[in-house]
Amino acid sequence: MNTWMAFVIGGLYAAGLYMMMRRSIVKLIIGLALLSHAANLLIFTVGGLTRGRPPLIAAGETSLAAPFADPIPQALVLTAIVISFGVLAFALVLVHRTHQTVGTDDLDNLKATDT
Amino acid sequence: MLLAVAVLSGFVMALAAPWLHRIARSTSGWVLALFPVALTVYFAGQAGRVAAGEVLAVSIDWVPSLGIALSFYLDGLSLLFALMISGIGALVVVYAGGYLAGHAHLGRFYAFLLMFLASMLGLVLANNVITLFVFWELTSVSSYLLIGFEHEREAARQAALQALLVTGLGGLALLAGLLLLGQAGGSMELSELLTRGEAIQAHPFYAPILLLILAGAFTKSAQFPFHFWLPSAMEAPTPVSAYLHSATMVKAGIYLLARFNPVLGGTELWFYIVTAAGAATMLIGAYLALQQSDLKRILAYSTMSALGMMVLLLGLGTELAVKAAIVSILVHALYKGALFLVAGAVDHETGTRDVDRLGGLRRAMPITAAAAALAALSMAGLPPLFGFIGKEMVYEAVFEAPTAVVLLTGVVVLSSMFLLAVAGVAGLRPFFGERASTPKHPHEAPLSLWLGPFLLAGLGLFSGLFPGAAGWLVSPAVAATWGQSTGVELALFHGWSPVLLLSAITVAGGLGLFAGRSACRRAASRLAIGSRWGATRWYELALDGINRLARAQTRFLQSGYLRYYLLTIIATMLGLTAYTLLSRAGLPVPQGSLQVPLYQAVLAGLILLAALAAVRLQTRLGAVAALGVVGYGVALIFVLFGAPDLAMTQFLVETLTVILLVLVLYHLPRFATLSTRRERVRDMAVALLAGGLMTALVLAAAAVQPQLEVSSYMADHSAALAHGRNVVNVILVDFRGLDTFGEITVLAVVGIGVYSLLKLRIRKGDRP
Repeated sequence: MNTWMAFVIGGLYAAGLYMMMRRSIVKLIIGLALLSHAANLLIFTVGGLTRGRPPLIAAGETSLAAPFADPIPQALVLTAIVISFGVLAFALVLVHRTHQTVGTDDLDNLKATDT
Repeated sequence: MLLAVAVLSGFVMALAAPWLHRIARSTSGWVLALFPVALTVYFAGQAGRVAAGEVLAVSIDWVPSLGIALSFYLDGLSLLFALMISGIGALVVVYAGGYLAGHAHLGRFYAFLLMFLASMLGLVLANNVITLFVFWELTSVSSYLLIGFEHEREAARQAALQALLVTGLGGLALLAGLLLLGQAGGSMELSELLTRGEAIQAHPFYAPILLLILAGAFTKSAQFPFHFWLPSAMEAPTPVSAYLHSATMVKAGIYLLARFNPVLGGTELWFYIVTAAGAATMLIGAYLALQQSDLKRILAYSTMSALGMMVLLLGLGTELAVKAAIVSILVHALYKGALFLVAGAVDHETGTRDVDRLGGLRRAMPITAAAAALAALSMAGLPPLFGFIGKEMVYEAVFEAPTAVVLLTGVVVLSSMFLLAVAGVAGLRPFFGERASTPKHPHEAPLSLWLGPFLLAGLGLFSGLFPGAAGWLVSPAVAATWGQSTGVELALFHGWSPVLLLSAITVAGGLGLFAGRSACRRAASRLAIGSRWGATRWYELALDGINRLARAQTRFLQSGYLRYYLLTIIATMLGLTAYTLLSRAGLPVPQGSLQVPLYQAVLAGLILLAALAAVRLQTRLGAVAALGVVGYGVALIFVLFGAPDLAMTQFLVETLTVILLVLVLYHLPRFATLSTRRERVRDMAVALLAGGLMTALVLAAAAVQPQLEVSSYMADHSAALAHGRNVVNVILVDFRGLDTFGEITVLAVVGIGVYSLLKLRIRKGDRP
C-alpha cells in the first residue's frame, strides 16, 4: 500500500499547489484544504503503515503488544487536522469579508491596500 | 586597569555630555575639555615609563574560547597617538564650545565628539585585534554622526554616507585581514603577533592578509583611489574637520601601517604597493589642493597629500624613513590642526571660506593671523619651524631609498613645492595683502577660537627651536614601529648637504607656483580630469549600480502577486530538495509489491479522482463536494491503518468544512476563467513536478526503518504513568499536554478572529 500512498500523496500535493496558484480566492482555499490533506497523509505514511492494530491498550494489559500502529505520527496528525481546520475557517471568513468589502474574488485586484 | 578606564570613561562622558552642557551652558566647552585634559595628563605621566621601554598592558576576558579579549596596551607608538588624540581633543572641545555657541544641538555634538575621542583612543591602545577592529568601526560610526551633524542639509548627509561606506567597506576588509592574521600568527594579541613577523611573512596567507589590511588602512587614510571621501567630508562643522580629518581619524590608517610594520613590512609586496599608493596620493593631493578656492577643501587635499607622504615613507621601510614618518605625523597634526581651526575662525568671523574673497585680515584678527602664519610656515617646511625638521628628514629618507631614488625624490620635491604654495594660499594669503570686503565685518575671534590654533602653532615653533622635547616623544614611537630601539636625533641644521640644496629648490619652485597659481588653476580646469575620470564618478556609478540592482531584484522577487510568490517558493523547494534527493539517494524505486486488496486500490483511486474533480469542476458546489470526498477518503485510510481517533476527527472536521464552504460560497461569485491557457499549463507543470517530488520522497522514506524508541516508551508507560489506554490520547493530553494547550490557544484566537470578522460592520464612507 505504501507505493499506492506515495502516488495518492503526490497527486494531492500537485492538485493543492495547482489550485493555490489560481487567481480566484476560493480556489486558493480549496487548494489549501487539499494541501493539508496531503501533508497529513504524508506524516501518517512516512511514520509507517500498520493495518488494523490501533494503539489501544487492551483491558487487563499494562502495555501495547507489538505490532501496533505508531502513536506519535497519529498524535501529530491529529493536531494538524485541528489546526488546519482553524486556518481554513479563518481564511473562509476572511475571504467572505474581503468579497463583501472589495467586491472581487480576483487576487490580482487585491494588490493595493486601498479598497 | 587605569588604561581600560581611560578608554572606556570616554563613552560614559559622551552619555553625560548633553546633560553637563545643559548645566554649564555657555562655559560647557571649557568644562567638558577638563576630561581630555585629564587624559592628556595621565598619558603624559606614563611617558617616562614608556620611554624607558616599559609596556603597560591590561586585559579583560571577552570571548575567551575565540581568543577575543578587551585588551589594551601602551607602547611608544600608542602613546604618541594617545597624546595627540587627547591633547588636540581638549583644544577642539573648547573650540567647539565657541564655534557652535548657541547651536540647538551642541550637547549632542559634544556627545558625538567624545564618543569619537574614546573610540580613537581604544583603536590606538588596542592589543587584541578584535578590540582594534571594534574601535576602528566605532570611529567610522562616530565620524558618520559628526560629518552628518548638520543633517538638514543633503550635502552633509551624502558626505557622511560616503565616508561611512568607503571606510566601512575598508573596515570589513580589515576584519578579514585581521582574522587571517590571527590564524597565521596563532594569536589574537598584537603584542604576540609583533614577535612573529617572520613566521607570518612565510605563511601562504601573507599576501591576502597584507592586501586586506592595506585596504582598511588606505580607505581610512584617504589614499588614492579611495581619497574622494575626505574632501567631501568637509561638509562637517570645522571642529570636526580639524580633529578627525587632519589630526586623528585619517591617521588611523597610518597608525595601522606603522603598527604592523614589524609584522608585515619589509617585503617587496609591501614596498611596491605601499610606496606607490603613497607617492600617487601625495602628488595628486598636492596638485588638487592648489586648484581649490574653498579654504577647507584646500586643507583637505593638502592633508591627503601629507598622508600620502607618510604612507610612502612607511612603504620605504628604512630606518630613516620610519623616523621621518613618525616625525611627520606629529608635524602634520600640529600645523594642520592649527590651520583647520584658523579656517573655522575666519569663516566664523567673516562669513566666507573662499580664499579669493579673503585678504588683509591681520589687522582685524592679529592673534589668529599669527597662529596661521606660524602654522603655514611649518607646513611650507621653512626654518626654524618643526615642519622644516620634518621635511629635511623626509628628503634624507627618500634620498636613501632602496630603489627608484630619482623618481621618488622627484615626486616628493614636486609635491613639497605644491604644498608650499598651498601653505601660502591657505595660511598667509587671507591675512596679508590688500583688505578684501567680506560678508561679515571681521573682529578678533574669541579666546575659545584662537586658543587652539595658537597653542598648536606655538608648539610647532617650540618643537622647531627645541627639537629635543619632541625627540623624547618621538623616539619610543619610532622604536615601536621599527621593531627595535633606535636613537632619534632631531636638529634644525643638518650640515651642508644635497638635502639642503633640495630644500632651497623646493622654496624657489613653491614661490613660483604661488605666484602663478591662477594660471595653474585655469589650465587645470580646462583639463577637468577629475570630473570626467575622478574616483567620485566611479563611486557614484557603483552606488547607482547597486541601488538599481537592489530595485530590480526587489521588483522581480516582490511582484505583489501571490501566485508568483508561491511559484518562487515551490520552485526553490523543488530545486533544492530534488537536488539533495537525487545526489544522495538517487531516484527511489518502489519497494514491495504493488499488489493490494481491491478495496484499498479503489480507495486510493477514489481520492485521486476526487482531487482531480476538485481541480477541474467549474461549479462551486461540485468542487466543494469533491473536496469532501477527498476528506472522507483520507478518513477511511485512517480507519484502515489503525488510527480511529484520526478518522473520527477527520470525519467531523470534514463535515464542518463542507458546511462552512457551502455557506460562504453561497455569497461568492461563480468561478470564472481568469488565467490564460499558457499560465495554466505552466502552473500545472510546476505542480506536477512538486507532486512527483513528494511521491519520490515518500518512496525514499519507505526504505528507511522508522525509529521506535520514543513510541515504545509511550506504549509501555501510558497505562502505568498516565492511566490511559488510548496511547494517542495520552500523548495529547498528558505527555505533550502543553503542546495541546498551545493548540487550544490557537483555536481560541481563530474563534475570536472569526467572530469579530463576522460581527464587524463597516459603514459606508467609514474607510479604515
